[in-house]
Amino acid sequence: MIEMILMYLKAFIVGGLICAIAQFIINVTKLTSGKILVYFMLSGLVLQALGLYKYLVDFAGAGATVPISGFGYLLAEGAIKGAKSGLFGAITGGLSSASAGVTAAVLFGYLFAMIFKSKSKYN
Amino acid sequence: MTGKNNQNYNEEYLNYVKEIAPKTKHLKTLWHAFWVGGVICLIGQFIRYSFMYWFNLYGDQLAGATSMVLIFLASFLTGIGVYDRIGKYAGGGSIVPITGFANSIVSPAMEFKSEGYIYGLAAKMFVIAGPIIVFGVIGSVCTGLIYYILNLFSLI
Repeated sequence: MIEMILMYLKAFIVGGLICAIAQFIINVTKLTSGKILVYFMLSGLVLQALGLYKYLVDFAGAGATVPISGFGYLLAEGAIKGAKSGLFGAITGGLSSASAGVTAAVLFGYLFAMIFKSKSKYN
Repeated sequence: MTGKNNQNYNEEYLNYVKEIAPKTKHLKTLWHAFWVGGVICLIGQFIRYSFMYWFNLYGDQLAGATSMVLIFLASFLTGIGVYDRIGKYAGGGSIVPITGFANSIVSPAMEFKSEGYIYGLAAKMFVIAGPIIVFGVIGSVCTGLIYYILNLFSLI
């Protein structure tokens, strides 16, 4: 039970810190949100390619997997696993691992965009 | 004469404001991003535990299922217009979690729905999400190939 509460705390702090780093970069460099997302995804991917991001996942759970860098982690992790089973696995492994996120994003994105009308101007 | 003095005074005052204002704003936005992002991850952790106990999921499947639920919630909240309000308050705290990824898909899709379901909605869904998937796939293929070669020469 205490372990669980500690895990929630770690998820909150690590996830919050990753978001605060993003906010800091936005404040300083005025990068748009699209670029921030790409850079954070790539940094998660590179960190896992070097074998590092999984330690953060083990430590913080959702605090590391929920930010977009966790998406990059899944892509790299899948590719590394796939590479063990051969060339085909090495090429397809990444998207196989990340397929849940991509599928959900396309499916629910289309569905809710169909149902609801835009209220505020997108910029 | 007084006009010139006023101008100097105004400039000094504006510089003073410039020195003071961004700092407090800076810290405030950081705090907003921190706690909102943290809470989103906290919810993610709750979903993670739920899947672990009720569906015995682990590893990649667990991460995938968790992000599916979060993407569903964020798409819905974007649809009813709540997520944009969270975004105005939290900035990076609402962009970086996977929920921000979902928001970046639904938001332009709704906006461009009037241009039709194919070239409007379906095409504009990927204005922001497209680059993420493109660089993600390229990066993962590169990673896979490097690890494949390392495996071939049994370096790992």
